[in-house]
Amino acid sequence: MVELVDLHKSFGEQKVLTGVNLKISRGSLTFIMGRSGTGKSVLLKHIIGLLKPDRGKIIIDGQDVTEYSEAQWQRLRRRFGFLFQEGALFDSMTVAENVAFPLIEHTSLSWREIEKRVQEKLSVVGLLEDRDKYPAELSGGMRKRAALARALALDPEIILFDEPTTGLDPILQVSIMRLIRDTQRQFGLTGIVVTHDVSIAMKAADFIAVLHEGQIVAFGPPEEIRGSPHPFVKQFLQSAFEGCLPEEGSHV
Amino acid sequence: MGNFLVYLGSFGLSFVSQAGGMFLLLVTTLSLTFKPPYRVRHLFKQMEFVGVNSLIVVVLTALFSGMVIAFQSYRALSKFGGESLLGGLVALSMVRELGPVLTSLMVTARAGSAMAAELGTMRVTEQIDALQVMAVHPVHYLVVPRFWAAVLMVPLLTVIADAVGIAGGYLVGVMLLKVDAGIFVERMRDMVEWIDISSGIYKAFVFGGLLALIGCYKGYNASGGAEGVGRATTEAVVIASVAILVGDYILTSLLF
Ligand SMILES: Nc1ncnc2c1ncn2[C@@H]1O[C@H](COP(=O)(O)OP(=O)(O)OP(=O)(O)O)[C@@H](O)[C@H]1O
Ligand SMILES: [Mg+2]
Repeated sequence: MVELVDLHKSFGEQKVLTGVNLKISRGSLTFIMGRSGTGKSVLLKHIIGLLKPDRGKIIIDGQDVTEYSEAQWQRLRRRFGFLFQEGALFDSMTVAENVAFPLIEHTSLSWREIEKRVQEKLSVVGLLEDRDKYPAELSGGMRKRAALARALALDPEIILFDEPTTGLDPILQVSIMRLIRDTQRQFGLTGIVVTHDVSIAMKAADFIAVLHEGQIVAFGPPEEIRGSPHPFVKQFLQSAFEGCLPEEGSHV
Repeated sequence: MGNFLVYLGSFGLSFVSQAGGMFLLLVTTLSLTFKPPYRVRHLFKQMEFVGVNSLIVVVLTALFSGMVIAFQSYRALSKFGGESLLGGLVALSMVRELGPVLTSLMVTARAGSAMAAELGTMRVTEQIDALQVMAVHPVHYLVVPRFWAAVLMVPLLTVIADAVGIAGGYLVGVMLLKVDAGIFVERMRDMVEWIDISSGIYKAFVFGGLLALIGCYKGYNASGGAEGVGRATTEAVVIASVAILVGDYILTSLLF
């Protein structure tokens, strides 16, 4: 469904991706984990054509889309729902207008129907009250949820979410992740979610991919990742589960 | 010396690449113009922003320019008893040069800078990427309405500036310096031909497109956070102003 073959990407001197191989099957929910700054967001942006690889291939539904023109990408992107790490809401529009935007652009629904959809999407992310606020008037977590509602507005087939739960309180984290999981299950979506939250990933994922030093060093169902012999994966999981503040006087 | 050559070389390269980028943006803008959906509401909003909101500065600039020219010309003309030419002189300077040039410079300062700042902010906060991801062509959505709003509104503002400038000249010439009103108007009619007015309006079309294109290009390609947006805005104003003055010379010498 989505396949990355030997993907390389550098920014100037800095090598970010150095041969990413990843195969994501239709209807599965895959979590990508890794340290901050390893290139998870960069990876996600390749899948939707915002960044072009220096080398390697991106294959979607058996089609090699690496060399797609902007017009071809445009057609393809209608099937995607993309959540930016920072939300990327249009700051000249209210929350409701942001969510309505893709509907106005890509459907011929009437105002009434659009309004109904917006209402529905906003209520699942708990933002009905704030529909007429501008992004600048929202908290970080509210912005993220508004962006999530926008990404889901067109009922996409493939969802690419960059840290949908980061910055939310624990209760919201669980409810948003449940929302993503349920939507994905219900409509058989293919989902790729970047997260730092190991415990949520372990519970919700079909597959987990660990990105480290420019490559996917572990890929498999959660149980398999839990038992991974790879030293980085071990360390990563250990810190997540046993992680507590260092003892007084000790340094990291 | 070597350093200077390197500097010159890199300046030349960046000039060529930017000019190329702007030309490409122009081609994209033109080719997307007639592609549905037509964003009429956006166009009107931009026309309001470019046109209506620039009206006051344009009127003020034109009024005082017309008044100053009347003063200055009167001094020169009166030395050989040519006060009667005052009306024609003021009108010619306004419609041929000052109307279009001052209007375009004012619109650059107000609207060209705003285009660069707005698009630049959208670029660095990934809002342009968001458009792309939602399968909306950012040039179609953002640049096309701004470009056409400027192309349409700058000539309109120029006509207003022409009229206001001439009125300013009349004010000073007739009311203050006591040139005969009948002669002022009569000479103006004799000296100003239709081609003088239309040439100024043609210029305004070109300048309007130029300032929008440069503002949008700079914003669209901004990078580097708030500082980058600031840089894009400044550069847009400087480059557009210079381009308008250079373009004015070229158009004047080539066409009229
Ligand atoms: N447009 C860009 N230009 C230059 N360097 C970039 C660009 N985008 C990302 N990078 C670099 O690529 C590296 C990976 O960035 P990325 O945003 O993918 O990290 P990440 O894994 O998503 O981190 P986090 O978990 O903190 O979001 C970083 O070192 C960053 O500096
Ligand atoms: Mg990231």
